[in-house]
Amino acid sequence: MNPANYLYLSALLFTIGAAGVLIRRNAIVVFMCVELMLNACNLAFVTFSRLHGNLDGQVIAFFTMVVAAAEVVVGLAIIVSIFRSRHSASVDDANLMKL
Amino acid sequence: MMPLAAAAASQTSTGEAVQFWILGTVAVLGALGTVLMKKSIHSALSLAGTMIILAVFYLAQGAYFLGVVQIVVYTGAIMMLFLFVVMLVGITAADSLKETLKGQRIMAAVCGFGFGILLIAGIANASLDTFAGTGAANAADGGNVQGLAHLLFTKYVWAFEITGALLITAAVGAMVLTHRERTEERRTQRELSETRVREGRQVTPLPAPGTYARHNAVDIPALLPDGTISELSVSSTLRERGQVRDVSGDAMRRLAELEQSSDRWLGRDEPRPAVGSAGRAENNDRAEEGAK
Repeated sequence: MNPANYLYLSALLFTIGAAGVLIRRNAIVVFMCVELMLNACNLAFVTFSRLHGNLDGQVIAFFTMVVAAAEVVVGLAIIVSIFRSRHSASVDDANLMKL
Repeated sequence: MMPLAAAAASQTSTGEAVQFWILGTVAVLGALGTVLMKKSIHSALSLAGTMIILAVFYLAQGAYFLGVVQIVVYTGAIMMLFLFVVMLVGITAADSLKETLKGQRIMAAVCGFGFGILLIAGIANASLDTFAGTGAANAADGGNVQGLAHLLFTKYVWAFEITGALLITAAVGAMVLTHRERTEERRTQRELSETRVREGRQVTPLPAPGTYARHNAVDIPALLPDGTISELSVSSTLRERGQVRDVSGDAMRRLAELEQSSDRWLGRDEPRPAVGSAGRAENNDRAEEGAK
């Protein structure tokens, strides 16, 4: 097996995540799909690091993880505060933004 | 670990290939589950499975530090945060199936399919016949963690410092977003007790569960002086679910047995008035049914 297969898997996971972001309405699930896309990118980074034989790709993947953690904290805080004010986590009710 | 790739290799070991095909399938299934599961909690669990498999892939590719971080940070911290929010927001908040934009789902699926073909075709056109492997890079500094630290504190030190600022901003942002101002003044204990007396429903504290009953589990109501149960002593949630264990008959039956045995001991043979009457026995049966 060639390690390029990891890249195909990464592309597949990224595609599934992107489709999920477009299809799902629940803000939390949309958020999970974003996380899936980030993870797919990380897999690609790690695989490229192996293909090229240096560790730069792993450092970038590490930074991606840090950014993802920060993003999750803020995003979930936003979801919780929106849910508190209008008792729904559906992204379709965006017209309710003007309270 | 594969032999240090001084010369570029083109194939991984068979073991890794088997692992890839098995776990890769499961990872894709987990990703599909994340998108297609109806309840968000199932989505979260599918995603956690996919993330663990990705951690295994990192380990298999020589990224030992990232593999461990993936499990600790992603599956450990981020997914638990997700589960926490799912519980907070409500597991029952299911997606509405009504489409606000007509044909949006089909369009999204078509777009995703096209995008996937584009990505995969791009990778297929790249020349990826040989690979160097991480063995040499890991060994250069004495290990994967040391190698990463070397890069992180020399070449990428500026980005690393910026990361600190990002994390602080995120922490402050989360606190600001979830902080709620108290709009009315907090009621003092005096006001609370005055309202309680004025309403006149239950002036004293509520009885604790299990008082005078067999034991003090929260589902066993306290017994009143006449042996009946006190409804107030168990949580209303348990009462509504019908999970209250009534042991009022138990104590009376035990008392009756005790009296009988003491009668036998003292040699009395005139029949006493039955304490455990039919009503009590029936009550006890019901309690045992409830316990089941």
